[in-house]
Amino acid sequence: MFTGRSLVVAITIGVIALILLGKLFLIQVTDDSYLRKAEQNAIQRVVDHPYRGLVYDRNNSLLVFNDPVFDLMVIPKDFSLKDTSRFCNLFGIEKDYLIENFTAAKNYSWVKPSPLIKQISKEDFAKVQDFLIDYKGLFVMTRSVRSYPRSSAANVLGYIGEISRSQLSRDSSRYYVQGDYVGHSGIESYYEPELRGKKGVKYKLVNVRGIEKGAFKNGDLDTLSIPGETLISTIDLNLQLYGEQLMQGKRGSVVAIEPKTGEILSIISAPTYDPNLLTGAKFSQNYSVLNSDQEKPLFNRPIMATYPPGSIFKIVQSLVGLQEGILTPNTTFACNKALVNCHNHPSPVNLFGAIRNSCNPYYHQAFRQVINQEVSSNTYIDTQIGLDKWREAVLKFGLNNRLGVDMYGEKGGSIPSSGLYDKIYGKGRWKYSTIYSLSIGQGEMLVTPLQMANLAAIFANKGYYYTPHVIKAINDDPSRIPEGFKVKRDSGIDAKHFDLIQNAMVEALSGTATRAIIKGIEIAGKTGTAQNPAGEDHSVFIAFAPKDDPKIAIAVYVENAGWGGRAAASTASLLIEKYLTGEIKRPELAEYVLKGDFIY
Amino acid sequence: MRQKDTNLHKIDWLTTGLYFALVFIGWLNIYAAVYDEQNATSIFDFSLNSGKQLVWIGTAILLIIIIMVADYRLFHNLSLVLYAIFVLLLFLTPFIGKEINGQRAWFEIGAFRLQPAEFTKFATALALAKVMESPSFDLSKLKDQMKAVGVIVLPIALILLQPDTGTAMVYSAFFIMLYREGMPQRYYVIGLALVGLTILTLAIENNLYLFGSIGVVILMLIGMSKKSWQNAIIFVFLGCIMAVYALSLDYVVEKLPEHQQNRIMVLFDPDVDPLGVGWNVTQSKIAIGSGGLFGKGYLEGTQTKFDFVPEQHTDFIFCTLGEEFGWIGSFVMIALFVALLLRLVFLAERQKTRFSRVYGYCVVSLLLFHFAINIAMTIGLFPVVGIPLPFFSYGGSSLWSFTILLFIFIKLDSNRIQILGRSY
Repeated sequence: MFTGRSLVVAITIGVIALILLGKLFLIQVTDDSYLRKAEQNAIQRVVDHPYRGLVYDRNNSLLVFNDPVFDLMVIPKDFSLKDTSRFCNLFGIEKDYLIENFTAAKNYSWVKPSPLIKQISKEDFAKVQDFLIDYKGLFVMTRSVRSYPRSSAANVLGYIGEISRSQLSRDSSRYYVQGDYVGHSGIESYYEPELRGKKGVKYKLVNVRGIEKGAFKNGDLDTLSIPGETLISTIDLNLQLYGEQLMQGKRGSVVAIEPKTGEILSIISAPTYDPNLLTGAKFSQNYSVLNSDQEKPLFNRPIMATYPPGSIFKIVQSLVGLQEGILTPNTTFACNKALVNCHNHPSPVNLFGAIRNSCNPYYHQAFRQVINQEVSSNTYIDTQIGLDKWREAVLKFGLNNRLGVDMYGEKGGSIPSSGLYDKIYGKGRWKYSTIYSLSIGQGEMLVTPLQMANLAAIFANKGYYYTPHVIKAINDDPSRIPEGFKVKRDSGIDAKHFDLIQNAMVEALSGTATRAIIKGIEIAGKTGTAQNPAGEDHSVFIAFAPKDDPKIAIAVYVENAGWGGRAAASTASLLIEKYLTGEIKRPELAEYVLKGDFIY
Repeated sequence: MRQKDTNLHKIDWLTTGLYFALVFIGWLNIYAAVYDEQNATSIFDFSLNSGKQLVWIGTAILLIIIIMVADYRLFHNLSLVLYAIFVLLLFLTPFIGKEINGQRAWFEIGAFRLQPAEFTKFATALALAKVMESPSFDLSKLKDQMKAVGVIVLPIALILLQPDTGTAMVYSAFFIMLYREGMPQRYYVIGLALVGLTILTLAIENNLYLFGSIGVVILMLIGMSKKSWQNAIIFVFLGCIMAVYALSLDYVVEKLPEHQQNRIMVLFDPDVDPLGVGWNVTQSKIAIGSGGLFGKGYLEGTQTKFDFVPEQHTDFIFCTLGEEFGWIGSFVMIALFVALLLRLVFLAERQKTRFSRVYGYCVVSLLLFHFAINIAMTIGLFPVVGIPLPFFSYGGSSLWSFTILLFIFIKLDSNRIQILGRSY
């Protein structure tokens, strides 16, 4: 058909077509990077942030909810200001702040929106709303921040903040991205997976100027966000608020537990802070103030601070002695002040009298019998064997190890082992006279206020406890709380040994803590005074009530408040009254507690 | 007797069918390029470019009818007059034309805009056919070469004054026709060699490699030729000329303003200035490349519709097709074009007069050039020059001029028997 030069022309046409088709094949079929680039171009992934779960107290009072805030967004291309200072006055911002944010927005994109002023509260927004139409290139995006209607329980609830770099790198599920908010402490952190909900994604088509052109594939790939789950806390908000009020101006902790369930009714860290400070736009400013405060309001004392338990530990000593058969209700010792200091009370005393009068020499002598059971003729070895056996029994009270409360940062405290003393004094170089302070809850012994409250719960329950926890139901389903909170734990002490102890604790109030007595409510309690080499002693009190059907077990620890019968016992007594009767009939005692200011 | 001369029944229906197929596909793609899902309007909506294109198509059909019923001798007789008129218009354009994008390439007559350079194409083709029709016209003679080249260079020079480099470049397509008509092959060898050397010079950064490759080529030439001192000296001399050419080209490119340098360099490295000069090519390749084998489906494309590709309904209309119909669609479209071009070569070859054959080859040359360069630029094989894709691109001037160009030839073809029987 074609010959000569016409053939050459025909071939040229064919070759050109083949070159074009070849190149097209390369970019269309073999190289899928163009497809990805096209999606980057035109498909905008818009994350739909879910509402974080709400938290209620045990009586359905709201503790945490989500408050709308408004981000003022700017499209730099459309935005211009004739009167900068008027604008700044209107929105209550500095000119430098405006310039800085607008420059950042321009650098990000000329045509896509960026935040100009972040997190305007709804009150402030109401003031400026009507003026917004005067400005082109501005629009508003609604977000939500955490809000705390009663400004209470900051230490329990914790706070949320932007995810840190290290958290981001630990997130193996790849759920989070830079800029996401996560719980940083308290319930917010522990129950992050339940509270956060599930992010939704919308795929939107945008044109070259970033303007929306509808949903990608009619929204078939979009997912809706699922709001976070509602948590019911074990906290009794009224009790918590009252406790926080009583603890104002003091440094210390209050933990109240429902003994039969391990539910924490109230857990107070003093000094505390208003949780609303750590939300919204002022977060970083307030955080640095709180973080550098010498009184450490961010430090969750009930679970993080450890102290020597002091005299309240005498009850544990009594129970261990009884269980071992070394003590009986009739075991009697003289109050020999040559052994260890004591206050004036009738002597000699039996076990009941020892608890009632908190007799130090009694426990000095009783503990020696527990430790030195003369299984070895070598007193050093005998002490070591005895200590280890004793320690084993004491650990069953939930000491030395973290209890496992549903808040991060809990400390375990410590009950010294023979290994510890070997390290301090050398193996075979310590004996009972070296460690006798343990008998009265001093020495190398540390417990958290939470563990103290748990001891009170064990005493109330006659031997068992549930791991203390602050959440009782997830989405109204109590069975969804962590399994560990449903397990009944045994202290290793037979129930029969507790009657004497409980009666002695009731009596103890009239001996060492008369202020704590409430007419009509039988309170069992024990004071303690933890020696503090650095200053005034710490005031400790544990109690449970009513004795015959305990509804509340409580531990109060007030730093530098001196003798336990005063500040701690009064506070505990008021909280018991508040919880059991719902009102306070002793305003003079409340007055006394409120006036006591123990931060020097 | 006149009536018989129109010879409608002898029209080449295959070519006509291919023409309408391409125009129809082009029209669908113009609609796809401007389609807005959120504000969907009919393809016939006259406020849309697809609706306007329909008007252009309608008037093009009118032009076809006029050409078909006209006397075939008209084009032969008027060829030089038409050429003279349009060259005069081209000459006037820089003075009275409307300035758009820094070019004075358009006439404005009322609401209409006309681009004389578009119409000069078929006028030049007619003039070439007329100049070369004499049997004694011989392209191996320098004098006749000069005549033909002169007819081509005159409009080129005038279009460069506008300035419109892309359109001016189109006129070099006539060298394809000149090749068929007997232009000495050595010009083409030298031309292709120059193009190759230019590409190598720009593509190879390091001059040492470039000179190395030139050296290897020269040694191979010496090895292949008859071994004589004279030959060796000639080839070494040739090598020196190539090296000097390469060096001076480098020098010139470096002296160019940066945006023009980028326009050239973007061919070799698409990431040179992707938001500036590289934007068109980068976005165009993304649009076409994202189409895959089967495409995203009609009206489902995102890149062209959302304006990522500039000029998507005119010079970059191929992007829409590539994105929505994929490689298969591109293949079908290119196959249609190839079929049309080969059919036109066949038709040209069967012409009984040199006038018709030369004109036929002019049509082939122009269509091939537009088609190849336009698609090549959308996929990054050729620098971005503003030339339309024949029958596809939106626009009246372009559609009309290609329609006139093609149908004058179809008309000449349908009358080839009569033409044989007459002498002018």
